[in-house]
Amino acid sequence: MNRLGRPFLQAIAYAAFAVTVGYFASMPPYRYADARVASVKISLSHAADKVAPCVQLTQEEIAELAANMRRTETCERQRLPLLFEFDVDGARVLTIEAPPSGVWGDGPSSIYERINLDPGRHRITVRLRDTARTEGWDYIKSEEVVLEAARYFTITFKEATGGFNYR
Amino acid sequence: MAKLKHFFRILFVRAEYAFDTAFGQQCNPLSWLGALGWYFFWIVAGTGVYLYIFFDTGITDAYASVEYITNDQWYAAGVMRSLHRYASDALVIVVVLHLLREFSLDRLRGKRFFAWLTGVPALFFIYLCGISGYWLVWDQLAQLIAIATTEWLDALPFFAEPIANNFLNSTTLGGRFFTLMVFIHIFAPLFMLLLMWVHIQRHARARVNPPRPLAIGTAITLILLSLIHPAVSQGPADLDVVPTELAFDWYYLAAYSLLDIIPGGQLWLVIVGGLVLLALFPWLPPQKSAPAAVVSLDNCNGCARCFDDCPFGAISMVRRSDGKGYETEAAVSLENCLSCGLCVGACPTATPFRRATEIVPGIQLPEYPITALRESTVAASRQFGEGPRVLVYTCEYSGADKLRSEGAQVITMPCIAMLPPSFIDFALSRNLADGVVLAGCAEGDCYYRLGGHWTLQRLNGERDPYLRKRVDRSRVCFMRTRPGSGKQRTAEFAGFAATLADLPPVSHKKSRDE
Repeated sequence: MNRLGRPFLQAIAYAAFAVTVGYFASMPPYRYADARVASVKISLSHAADKVAPCVQLTQEEIAELAANMRRTETCERQRLPLLFEFDVDGARVLTIEAPPSGVWGDGPSSIYERINLDPGRHRITVRLRDTARTEGWDYIKSEEVVLEAARYFTITFKEATGGFNYR
Repeated sequence: MAKLKHFFRILFVRAEYAFDTAFGQQCNPLSWLGALGWYFFWIVAGTGVYLYIFFDTGITDAYASVEYITNDQWYAAGVMRSLHRYASDALVIVVVLHLLREFSLDRLRGKRFFAWLTGVPALFFIYLCGISGYWLVWDQLAQLIAIATTEWLDALPFFAEPIANNFLNSTTLGGRFFTLMVFIHIFAPLFMLLLMWVHIQRHARARVNPPRPLAIGTAITLILLSLIHPAVSQGPADLDVVPTELAFDWYYLAAYSLLDIIPGGQLWLVIVGGLVLLALFPWLPPQKSAPAAVVSLDNCNGCARCFDDCPFGAISMVRRSDGKGYETEAAVSLENCLSCGLCVGACPTATPFRRATEIVPGIQLPEYPITALRESTVAASRQFGEGPRVLVYTCEYSGADKLRSEGAQVITMPCIAMLPPSFIDFALSRNLADGVVLAGCAEGDCYYRLGGHWTLQRLNGERDPYLRKRVDRSRVCFMRTRPGSGKQRTAEFAGFAATLADLPPVSHKKSRDE
């Protein structure tokens, strides 16, 4: 290799290195979501009722318990799953049965979903059952909303503030 | 597995040859991938410290501070930001190449498992550092990463509530997660540095700095790249707006694109399973190790040359156990000894001039005893045909065994530095050959790390045991070569043989030992 050849080859190698580093550091672009659709996020974390109601202990039963373990009622530890439905313009889009969290199934159930919808006016209905009932719903919200393209519409739930919240 | 290694080896042999042509063996980047990894780490760390001076760690002000860094102070902090990013990307490139090359060279199995095994968790930390860094800019890309990461983490069965709730919309945004990321981005590199230190613990004189020309060249390249194509933010994060199409750092974020086709839980399985499988590579299949070097206390005077030369820290000098008048003796760690034989080449008692029929030096390899090496040398000298007689001592990895011909007899050993320099004197002074070639691995790329380096120092009289002054240096050729450098090797050999042809015949000289 002559005196000029090696620096020239090195320059090519360094240039190739720079192009490789620089190009893949930002290109090709990644399309995370379609800019023409709206994204609906559903997020809720809520503890359903226990699988069975608490039972009052009789005085005899309380007396049988160790002194430091005495209590007036006994409860099942495990909780029911949450049943959730999500309708758009009267059509069912999502039905989820969310099991309780925790090793013993005694924690809150959580639902997190991201759904793409066409922008525009829609009637969005959500229903939640957190009790042992087999018919009907404990929480329902149905409202006409306007979804915008490339914007999030969030549906959250907070029992303390009356149930579902649209934003 | 062997076929896969062979495939990568072929690719690397070609690339090594190409880079040898451009950079020379000494500065071939492929021989310095590990050291380049360290170098890029320090660039990232240094620029990170500078950026932290101007960075606001609050989630509401982070973006503005990064904009100040990028635009208002583009000439200093802006360049630092770009260097921070590009050196991080370059780190991923050299680490992946380093991993593939060590795999292709099979420098992971047997007693070499340690560096591989400790390198795998370092991969995790590299990504933890990189992803947490992108998060801190708090632009639209950071928002995408925040949402995608938390949704991906929610696929694991660890969280009672979805942690993606932290980034649900602009009303739920809090600084808690952001502060966590700041801490991760500071402490993850420290853990990574600790792992990198552990990674090289079984390497004596580990190379953590690339040669100066290569360091300068890569630094200038990254600085120029930073000036020409500066790293910029992608608009402030807004949790009410969906990030759609964004510039993406594929070195760090490629896994996020896989979430489009693989559910989060399965992707965790693929990644964690892949890392576990990678960590098991040294035992797929297990390697039968050659027997470790053996010390003969009757011939060891505790000179510590073997201790100084061992590239893997396998030899320690311990208190003398045989009652002789020396303070110490060499002790070989069976766990660390790779049976490279560098210690044998360093032992002053490993000389073929000794009169005993069986030479027992202070230290030697059971599979390559010094007596056998002397016998091979004498036997090879009887095989020469017409022309200059050249004895070629080579290692198993240089590819120089292909020089074998009528005029060249080849003797192979694990590493060229296993050859005590007295063998060269022996071959020439006993008129066993007209010239001696020592062919080792390419410069800076010895399979056993330091073999070529020590051999050159011994030949130049800079390291014990020296090649004696009486040896005619024009009859000795130290060749550093690779399997893919056949043409260069043949040409260099032919040139040496031509030189020998012009020299007068060698005469038999008696050694002082005889």
